[in-house]
Amino acid sequence: MTTILPRRDVVIVGFGWTGAIVAEQLTQEGLDVLALERGHWRDTSTDYAVNNAQDEVRYRYRDELFEDLSRETLTFRNQSNQEALPMRMLGSFLPGTNVGGSGVHWNGQTWRFLPTDFQARSHNEERYGADAIDEELTIQDWGVTYEELEPHYDTFDKLCGIAGQAGNLGGEIQQGGNPFEGPRSSPYPNPPMDMVAAPLRFADAARELGYQPFPGPSANMSRAYTNPLGVSLAPCSYCGFCEKYACGNYSKATAATTILPALMRRENFTLKTGAMVLRVETRGGRATGVTYVTPEGDEFFQPADMVFLCAYITHNVNLLMQSGIGEIYDPRTGEGQVGRNYAYQTMSGANVFYDDDFSVNPFVGAGALGQCIDEFNGDNFDHEGLGFIGGGYIAQWQTNGRPIEHHPVPSDTPTFGLGWKQAVRANYNHTIGIGAHGASHSRRGNHLDLDPTYRDAYGRPLMRLTFDFSRNDIAMSAYLTDRVEEIARAMGGNRVDVSPLKVPYDIKPYQTTHNTGGHIMGDSPDNSVTNKFNQSWDVSNLFLMGAGNFPQNPGYNPTGTVAALAYHSLAEIRRSYLQNPGPLVQA
Amino acid sequence: MRHSLLPLILFAALPALPAAAQDQNTYSTVERGLYLTRMGDCEACHTVEGEGRMAGGFGLPTPFGTIYSANLTPDEATGIGSWSADAFYRAMNEGIGHDGKRLYPAFPYTNFTIVTREDSDAIFSYLQTIEPVRNRVPEPDIPFPLDIRTAMRGWNLLFFDERDFDPDPQKSELWNRGKYVVEGLAHCSACHSPRNPLGAQRGGDASYTGGHAEGWYAPSLRDGDAHEGIGEWSEEDLATYLKTGRNGRTAAIGPMAEVVEKSTQYLDDEDIAAIAAYIKDLPFEDGEPEEVEPVRETDPAMIAGAEIYATQCAACHGMEGEGVENIFGGIAGSSLTQADDPTTVVHIILRGARAAVTDAYPTPHAMPAFDWKLTDEEVAQVTTFVRNAFGNAAPAITSNRVGEIREAE
Repeated sequence: MTTILPRRDVVIVGFGWTGAIVAEQLTQEGLDVLALERGHWRDTSTDYAVNNAQDEVRYRYRDELFEDLSRETLTFRNQSNQEALPMRMLGSFLPGTNVGGSGVHWNGQTWRFLPTDFQARSHNEERYGADAIDEELTIQDWGVTYEELEPHYDTFDKLCGIAGQAGNLGGEIQQGGNPFEGPRSSPYPNPPMDMVAAPLRFADAARELGYQPFPGPSANMSRAYTNPLGVSLAPCSYCGFCEKYACGNYSKATAATTILPALMRRENFTLKTGAMVLRVETRGGRATGVTYVTPEGDEFFQPADMVFLCAYITHNVNLLMQSGIGEIYDPRTGEGQVGRNYAYQTMSGANVFYDDDFSVNPFVGAGALGQCIDEFNGDNFDHEGLGFIGGGYIAQWQTNGRPIEHHPVPSDTPTFGLGWKQAVRANYNHTIGIGAHGASHSRRGNHLDLDPTYRDAYGRPLMRLTFDFSRNDIAMSAYLTDRVEEIARAMGGNRVDVSPLKVPYDIKPYQTTHNTGGHIMGDSPDNSVTNKFNQSWDVSNLFLMGAGNFPQNPGYNPTGTVAALAYHSLAEIRRSYLQNPGPLVQA
Repeated sequence: MRHSLLPLILFAALPALPAAAQDQNTYSTVERGLYLTRMGDCEACHTVEGEGRMAGGFGLPTPFGTIYSANLTPDEATGIGSWSADAFYRAMNEGIGHDGKRLYPAFPYTNFTIVTREDSDAIFSYLQTIEPVRNRVPEPDIPFPLDIRTAMRGWNLLFFDERDFDPDPQKSELWNRGKYVVEGLAHCSACHSPRNPLGAQRGGDASYTGGHAEGWYAPSLRDGDAHEGIGEWSEEDLATYLKTGRNGRTAAIGPMAEVVEKSTQYLDDEDIAAIAAYIKDLPFEDGEPEEVEPVRETDPAMIAGAEIYATQCAACHGMEGEGVENIFGGIAGSSLTQADDPTTVVHIILRGARAAVTDAYPTPHAMPAFDWKLTDEEVAQVTTFVRNAFGNAAPAITSNRVGEIREAE
C-alpha cells in the first residue's frame, strides 16, 4: 500500500554535496523543494563535536559515516567472463550515507579539470592522431567546455573558501601557482595552507628537477572565512582527521559547513531523512515523482514536477536501471548508454625513509595540506611515442599521522611482532609518502549493470560492477610512477619504496572514493545519458548530478568538477527551463 | 470580530510609537502586534516545539512548583478566542486572568504593567489572527497555600506595583524608548535582576545586577566592572549582539541565544539602539571595582588546568585564548569567563553551548559538552585555569562548586 503525498515542485534524491547545491539554488527561485535522504540528520554541532570526531575505531574501522552494506551493496568482477560476488566489506572506495553524503568525509582536495580534459577524444586525436587512442578505450568529449564551467568552478571556490595559489589569472601565469591550470576569473578566496616539512621537502626536490610545485588547492580552511551565503568556517587546526572523518572544527567545506545553515532556514525547503528512494516513476516520457520507503517499511509516492538524482554514482545508475529509464549498456554490442563508461582512478606512490637527522610530525596534517606538480597531468606533456594518453598530478599530501592507520615501514619489515614495532617507532617521524593521482580512461569492458543473482534488502537486483584498468592506464601509471620515484630519490632519504598501481584492480584495499561514469554526459543521446546540462535525454524533467556524468575520469579529484557541473546545470535551469520546461538541448 | 473596539488611550511622551489612532484590524496593527510579540519574546514560553504556535503548555519550573504557559491562540475553548481586548489588557496590566483569577508572576506582568494600551491591543489583534489550536493547558502544580490564587494578592501587595510607564523628561527620547522596551515588553530584568526568596525581582539599585535563569548566570547589565557582564561593551557592541547574536567579543548562548533568535534579532534598528542607550546608561553604584589577584601559574590547579586546556580546548579557543572572531569565543579578557559567579562558565564546560542562529550568523557554532569526559576536579582545574590565564584574573573554583552546578542541572 503506497501513500500518495502532496505534489512538490522539486524532489531531490540523496542529500550530499549536489543535493544541497540543487536545493540551495532552486529554493532561491521560490520553488517548493523536498530532499529525500536515506540516512540520518548529521551536523557538526550535534554529531561531530570536536572532542569525539577524531575516533579512528568508530569512523574508520566501524564505518560510521559509510553506507551500510547489509542493506545494499554491489557485486564485483574484473572481467565479463567471471562471476561477480557481493562486496560484504567496504574496501577500495567508501560511499557515504546520511546528510552530507560522502562529502562529509572527503579530504578537501579541490581541483579544476584542464581545459583539454573536456575534449579527451578530439584533442588527443588532433594532436597525436586517431591511432594514439587505444581501440579498447571508449573515451569521449564531454559536450561542455572549461570556459562554460569556469564561472561555476568560481562559485564553488567561493562557497567553500578554497585555499590556494592561482596559477593562471585570466590568462596571466602567476608565480607560485599551477601554471598548467585553465584561466581563472578570480584568485582563490583564501591563501594556501601553512606548509610543513614534508611537502616543503617534496617541493624542493621537484624544483631541483625543473618542475614547478605549488600548494594543493584545499577545502580545509587556511583562515576563518564567511562565504556568500553568510555561513562561516573556522581556521583548520591541522589535526589530521579529514578523509574518512567529519571535521569537528567547522574547518572543512562540506554541505553542512557551507550551505545547510542558510538552506535549512528557508521555509520552502524540506528535508526528509530515513527516506530510501526505490524508483523514479515515469509516464509518457516524464518523471511523475519518486517512490520511497521508510525504515518502518511504509511506502510513499512523492509526486514532483522535477526530479534530481543526487545520490552516489552507483545509486544514481541503479535508480535509472530499476526505473527502466534508458537502455542498459551491453559491452558485447556497445548498445545502450546506462552503466557505460564507468571509470575510477589510478593510484601509485612511494615512501621516502630518512635517518634521525630529518624529522616530520605526521600528526600535524590536513586532508589537502600539500605540494603538487602538474607537469605530468592530462596533456600538459608531450605524449608522442609514449604509448598512452592522459596522466595525473604528483603530490606530497600530509594528510594524517593517525595512530592506527598511519605507520609507514619499509616493505621488508615483518608484518607483526617486535620487528614491526621497532620499525614503526624508527620510521613514524622519519617517512614521507608521495603519490601519483592518475586518470582512469573508460574502456569497453568496464560498466555497471544489474546482477542476475543477488538482491538488496528491498528485493531489487544489486548493481554489478565490472572493472579493470585499461592498457592505457597501466602504461600511463607506470610512467607516472617512474616520475614519482625520481622525485622520491631526489628528496634525500636513505631508502625509497615504490608502490606501483596494483593490477588487476583489487576492490579490497582502500584506494580512493572517486568512482565515475555510468550516466555520462555528451552531445547526443547516442553517446550519453544526459546532455551538457545534466538533463536526461529520455526524461526531460529528470536531472542527474555527480561524477556519474564524467565520460572518463581525468587525473584530478572530482569534487570541484562535480560541483561546477551542478551549478552549470542549475544556471541553465534557472535561466531557461523554469520558464520553458523541456529539453535544454535538442537531440 | 471577537473584540470590541475601544477608544485608544494615547500616552504622551512615548517616542517612536505611531501617534495616530488606528483601526485595530488593519494590516499595520496586526504587523505591529507580531513585532511586539517578538519584542516580548512571547513564543519562548507560549510555544512548545511541535505543539502549535502560541498554544501554551510549556512547563515553567519555579521555586514553588511548575506553572504552565497559557494557550494564546484564538481557540474559543482553550485559548484566548473568547477574550476581549479589555481582558487581555487587564492580564498585561494587572496580572489578572480572563476568569478573574490572579496570574502567577512567571508571566511577567510585573514588567508588562507599563505596556501601553495601544501596544497591548496590537498584540491582542495579532494573536487573534494566528491558527487556533485546541490545547487545554494543565493547572499549575503548586503546593498549598500558594495554589490559592488569592494568595497572590498578598504577593502583589508586597512586590507588584501596577503602573503606567513613567518617562523621565530629563532624558532623551531614545533613552525613554529604551526604558519602555527594557522594563516593559522585553522584560530583561526577569533574568538579569536578582530575585528575593519569594521570587520577586529586586528593584532599585539591585536591579540588573545579575540573576540566575535555567541553570545559567545572567550577568549584570550595569556598567563599571570590566570583569563582569557587559561593562566593557560599547552601545554598538550591545546593539550588534542583540541584532546578530555575535559582536566580535562573544556570542549569545544559553537562554540568551533563544532571546536573540526569537526576539531581539527582529527588532528594528531604532529599538535596538534605544535598548542599548538605556542599558549602557544604567548606573554602577559600587565605586571602583576590586582588583582581583590572579591565581599563580604555579598553583597545582593551574598546572593541571593548562594541560586540560591544551588538549581539550585550544583547538578552537586558541593557544593564547584568542578564539576566532564570531566563531569561537575568546577567553582572554572574556567577562563571561571571569564573572564572579562561575555558574555560566562551568555550565558551558559541562553541558556545551550553541551560539544564537540569526540571519547574520546562520551557522549554529557549538561547543560540545565535557560532562561525560571531565571529572568535577578536572572541570574545576580547567575553569580556574581559563579564569586566570591569558591575562585573566578571577577566583579559583573548587570541585565542590562544580559538583553543585552539575547536580543543579
